[in-house]
Amino acid sequence: MSLAYYPGCTLKTKARNLEEPAVASMEALGFNLDELPRWNCCGAVYSLADDDLIHQVAPVRNLIRAKEQGKNELVTLCAFCFNTLKRANLLMKDNAEKRDTLNSFMNEEIDYSGEVKVVHLLEVLRDDIGWGALAEKVKLPLRELKAAPYYGCTLLRPREVAIDNVEDPTILREFLKALGASPVDFPESTRCCGSYQVISSPDDIAEYARPILNSALRHGAEALVLTCPLCDYNLGRAQKELMKKQSGFKEMPLFYFTQLLALALGLGPQVCHFELNHGSPESLLKEKDLLSQSRSVQPIGG
Amino acid sequence: MSAKERKKKSAETAVKQRTKKSAETAVKEEKKIAARLIPIYIMGKRYEVPEGLTIMKAMEYAGYILIRGCGCRGGTCGACGTVYRKPGDYKLQVALACQKTVEPDMYIAQIPFFPANRATYDFAGLTAAPEEVFKLYPEMFRCVACNSCTKACPQGIEVMDAISALKQGNIAEAARLSFDCIQCGLCTSRCFGELAQYHMFQLARRIYGARIVPRAEHLAEMVKAVNEGRYDRFLDELKRAKEDELKKLYQEREAEPMTAGEDWKPKDTTYL
Repeated sequence: MSLAYYPGCTLKTKARNLEEPAVASMEALGFNLDELPRWNCCGAVYSLADDDLIHQVAPVRNLIRAKEQGKNELVTLCAFCFNTLKRANLLMKDNAEKRDTLNSFMNEEIDYSGEVKVVHLLEVLRDDIGWGALAEKVKLPLRELKAAPYYGCTLLRPREVAIDNVEDPTILREFLKALGASPVDFPESTRCCGSYQVISSPDDIAEYARPILNSALRHGAEALVLTCPLCDYNLGRAQKELMKKQSGFKEMPLFYFTQLLALALGLGPQVCHFELNHGSPESLLKEKDLLSQSRSVQPIGG
Repeated sequence: MSAKERKKKSAETAVKQRTKKSAETAVKEEKKIAARLIPIYIMGKRYEVPEGLTIMKAMEYAGYILIRGCGCRGGTCGACGTVYRKPGDYKLQVALACQKTVEPDMYIAQIPFFPANRATYDFAGLTAAPEEVFKLYPEMFRCVACNSCTKACPQGIEVMDAISALKQGNIAEAARLSFDCIQCGLCTSRCFGELAQYHMFQLARRIYGARIVPRAEHLAEMVKAVNEGRYDRFLDELKRAKEDELKKLYQEREAEPMTAGEDWKPKDTTYL
């Protein structure tokens, strides 16, 4: 089955370790992530200024590209792109005046009024495949991997775009359980990583990250599981800072959820690009014997 | 009257005289070839020019002497970027003055040059990593996908898609999409984010040509063979040949047929 897919710029450069294992995993699960033939930046962040319509042009144009292809659903992987696209879509659906202004500005494109549904890959796994069916496809259960789901903001806030319960999300926990891992709940799993504050106050990033990382460690996590390249960037860099600042601070491997999916499906570490990860994940995986086993596993359907 | 004013006045008179002269010539021309005169507006001033002229010819007909904003006159050099509007139409149109023929009631202005930031780099140090391009032109991330650049391109390039490709680190795609760019700068003149798209594309094409496109191995072999003197003997023979001999060789040479395939070889392979 083919799914219209929007990658986002970062997934083509710094976060190939988020995209490539996702594409391989979905193929193993019988889905083709079919990248839009034309797409541009999602807008990077949803503009909150009420009259700032020019920054809605980029996300809406991508939704138009999906509509042009005759698609009624668009799958995203990057949590930030998901948030920007889904919120712009709601604007086009619900606000007739702004919709008309945007359609009139983009007079070279077909008109758009929110026809395409924006979903995140985690929703596809939960709603279209199901945790039970996913668990059956697992070739290499991630046994004893104590991984803490870290949601950050953009999959859950604001409420109207949330993929799960805003206060008590479980989607990543269920996902990790399906892969055979041991999810570690911790109260800071939806606390903001500092987001784009890294641009205006880069020195504060460590302080944003400190309570998140300390809490995860305290609750027994060996690794964090992420969905967002910006969370990865901020937490990854903050860990390096905290190792200097806080004696005894232990650096934790940061995984993208798609890397754990690919490993569990037996696709091997090659598609995961661990060399792009923060916190040397390979030593932890080796310790858990998740790298050596994976090599002897037959790819699904192969 | 100051010297500056006098100079301005005399320049204006010169233009007027030229215009008058051209108009007189035009009357004569009209009798001869009966070209219909149509009104156009150059920088807001009305002129009647024969239909069928390009914008550039029409400006010259109207008395302008172009020393900038004109180059190859063949649609290739990118020197004569032009914008125009038609009455009652809000849309800005673009053209190359040497290519587009005049239409009645066009309001025309040339944009022969537009200031644009061009990065300085040591090409030898570039490896084709996307981050190198990001560092040289960080303003590319100011693009809001408004697509004004694409609408302003007289070459029909998907300019915004090519910028998107660069942001996605896809230098090869940016080079492919921008292949027809003649660097006229009209995209840059319209950019909301103040990008200099055409300089970015030139960098992309340079990197693509030098670092990404596969090297032609057979070319390297041939250059080596030439340098080693494999063909010197044949050249020497030609140099020594008398004129008649040369003519005969030329006339009797075996030419490659137009429809020849990749594996075509001449019957006489002595010189290969």
